[in-house]
Amino acid sequence: MPQRVVGAPVLRKEVRGKLTGQARYVDDLSMPGMLHGATIRSSVPRGTIREIHFQPGVPWNEFTVVSAKDIPGRNVVALIYEDQPFLAAKQVNHLHEPVLLIAHENKDLLRKARTLVHIEYDPLPAVFAIDESLKNKVTIWGEDNVFKSYTLDKGDIETAWPAAAFVVEGEYLTGAQEQLYIEPNGMVAIADSTSGVTVWGSLQCPFYVHKALCGLFGLSPDQIRVIQEETGGAFGGKEEYPSMIAGHAALLAWKSGRPVKLIYDREEDMAATTKRHPSRTRHRTAVTRDGRLLGMDIEFVIDGGGYATLSSVVLSRGTIHAAGPYRCDHVRIRSTAVATNSPPHGAFRGFGAPQSIFAVERHMNKVAQAVGLTPEEFRRRNLLRTGDTTATGQTITQKLDLVALQQKALSAASYDEKIACFAKENAGSTRKRGIGFATFFHGAGFTGSGERYLQSVIELELTEQGKICVSASMTEMGQGTNTVLTQIAAEALGAEYDAIEIKRPDTALVPNSGPTVASRTSMVIGRLVERAAYELKSKLQGAGCLPASYTPEEFGIAAARYVAERGPVSIRTQYEEPTGIYWDDQTYRGDAYGAYSWATYVAAVTVDTLTGEVTVDDFVAAQEVGRVLNPVLAEGQIEGGVVQGIGLALYEKVVWRNGGMMNNQMTNYIIPTTVDVPPIRVLFDEIPYEHGAMGAKGIGELPMDGPAPAILNAVENAIGISFSHVPLLAEDILQRLEEREEAAVA
Amino acid sequence: MRRPITVTVNGIRHSVTVPPMKRLLDVLREDLGLTGTKEGCGEGECGACSVLVNDELVNSCLVPVLQVDGAYICTVEELAKEGELRPLQKAFAEAGGAQCGICTPGMLAAATYLLNKNPHPTREEIREGLSGNLCRCTGYAKIVEAVYKASGSEA
Repeated sequence: MPQRVVGAPVLRKEVRGKLTGQARYVDDLSMPGMLHGATIRSSVPRGTIREIHFQPGVPWNEFTVVSAKDIPGRNVVALIYEDQPFLAAKQVNHLHEPVLLIAHENKDLLRKARTLVHIEYDPLPAVFAIDESLKNKVTIWGEDNVFKSYTLDKGDIETAWPAAAFVVEGEYLTGAQEQLYIEPNGMVAIADSTSGVTVWGSLQCPFYVHKALCGLFGLSPDQIRVIQEETGGAFGGKEEYPSMIAGHAALLAWKSGRPVKLIYDREEDMAATTKRHPSRTRHRTAVTRDGRLLGMDIEFVIDGGGYATLSSVVLSRGTIHAAGPYRCDHVRIRSTAVATNSPPHGAFRGFGAPQSIFAVERHMNKVAQAVGLTPEEFRRRNLLRTGDTTATGQTITQKLDLVALQQKALSAASYDEKIACFAKENAGSTRKRGIGFATFFHGAGFTGSGERYLQSVIELELTEQGKICVSASMTEMGQGTNTVLTQIAAEALGAEYDAIEIKRPDTALVPNSGPTVASRTSMVIGRLVERAAYELKSKLQGAGCLPASYTPEEFGIAAARYVAERGPVSIRTQYEEPTGIYWDDQTYRGDAYGAYSWATYVAAVTVDTLTGEVTVDDFVAAQEVGRVLNPVLAEGQIEGGVVQGIGLALYEKVVWRNGGMMNNQMTNYIIPTTVDVPPIRVLFDEIPYEHGAMGAKGIGELPMDGPAPAILNAVENAIGISFSHVPLLAEDILQRLEEREEAAVA
Repeated sequence: MRRPITVTVNGIRHSVTVPPMKRLLDVLREDLGLTGTKEGCGEGECGACSVLVNDELVNSCLVPVLQVDGAYICTVEELAKEGELRPLQKAFAEAGGAQCGICTPGMLAAATYLLNKNPHPTREEIREGLSGNLCRCTGYAKIVEAVYKASGSEA
């Protein structure tokens, strides 16, 4: 059948509502008798709660007040470890930790009341940095402050050192980064003991929230209902924290007997909710005289904050990506997620990989320099090829020509010409230009056995009314879930794009297809939709309703005929692991991901040596992501990710004091605007992946990995100074320029 | 303290009695039920709450409603009135200028203002004109293209 829907730039499914103000987000909801809720948070990073005072100034008798004592079930946010309470009962472990909830119908009174709750604490010693936490002089979590650690061994690293012509070491740091979805977090809840709990909210993972609420209220799964409203951006920031907010809104609703809306303002959202894990990576690399990697010894540490939340899985992805897309026989990666007394860090697009890839892609330039090779030639000699094995011992069986992809990106960026031209022109100017790149990969779908444990299910229905309806728990948050799943169903059925409906994620109505994370929606869930669609099609053909070849209109007629004759159809498909995939959770060996996406990103920059300011002038993003299902959406994912990556590299600094974010406002936490971004040229190579929907692999997270190292490599090319941390601010550059000048004078 | 305020929003005259310092954003959303205008930051940085007041672009989160007594206000709902999408909206849909959609109403307001002042802007002028509106999804490229397309500059 000729391609009609997949690969075509069809319009976003829900675009009309978004362009007319009709799309309904959580803050747009209102219910009769609704109260507004607020969260009273800790004002110390660590301490025990001594006393709570409700100071006069508001009619406290009109308020609903909830504390840990009011929790009907278990006071724990169910996720991986059971360490984080919904409301602190005795001890707080980070600033801005929820202690009390209050609600009132009048928002002004509520705002005033927030300032009138005074909590006294007996402070406990707190830990704020990775090093401090590792030293464990003060133990704040478990026995040793360690949430999780992994050791990944390939070959024998000790055999690499004696054979090395050069051993190159480096240390690399990345800061916290705020997701900064433009819609702050929020939930609306109704709850009572007879009808159970229903929440509507801005969220990525309806069944995470569902599980958390089941435990909180001690209710059975059928008494809890979670409904996703239109979600105004998430980027991982609405993966785990919405469980907390949903619990809070529902507790207030449970106690008051009224609907409760709990919306965070921007300052609260930035201060209290998750951010990207800060990281420290140390590399020690053995390399031959002709620039071949012999051994990579890597130590990767992330700061998880006050509770374990998702740190163990973020660490896992970061660990697996830490050696980059390079062939190397001897690799050792030791990684640790540690506790500090700051709000828990969490999921953010890339999930640990942007941190460890930043390190390896800066470090590979350093190694190249030590050997005396250009960064591109050094990579050419070491990039993975089909048949090679990754750090986990996974053999790359799919077609891969990373050297060609890298060359494609460099050519598109006129890399060689620019290197030559900048070297000439920079001499006479205070504005130094430079170009740099990073070559990297990103595993799509859950790590290791994750997809096998999830056992995701979707449902495809041919309804009584003759409509085709896809039910899944995959959420639309701007990335295009609705559109892509529709395209896949329409293409596989041979139906009209507009004939397919996507059901709103609602735990009472859709099966559990797992969380909307890890670049898994198109590749993994899309595949389930594709399989269900083929099944439905053969059902229709088997019943004699559908000829061998037909038009989309004829499909509609045939579907209606089938329903009239035999009634509606519902088909469920469940994840089946492709054969030949092997993963060992204990040794961290094997096929870490079903498929990887591959990329080279090239950045051209100008560094103003008088102000220290870096401008990104040009950006090329070349990647192989399997089949591109929708070119406009795919480009949109890449462009958006690249700009978040520019933010990570150059602008987005979280300023900490006492374990809390000081600059929790858009005024002083700076993200790129329209005038800060370069032209971004997006190039796709398409090598269909046999187990992905219509050949697709993951896209969403990949573009977050490459910009930061590419930009810092370009900065080094421009001014000859090697930086090893992000965000890299103008003041950092000026300081190093001044130091260099002073050294030259001396 | 409350006082009567009269505003004409999307061509319809409304009288509301509200605290005079109530934010225009809240009056639109709560008193008039026009929830298309969004709050992103509440401090005039993100532009999600942008609307036109007497044809000027403002952040409605920074405007006390008493300042707009008697004014003409245009919100995203105006663009939906006739059922058919307008050229600017169509261009956003086709170019992929809306992803999560939360910045879109403000972007449309800013783009409308820009095109009213400068019907054929260059891409540079579009970037300048939209620089007060933050988007975290698109990286802006497709928004700029949408406005460029809508301006007819491409023809």
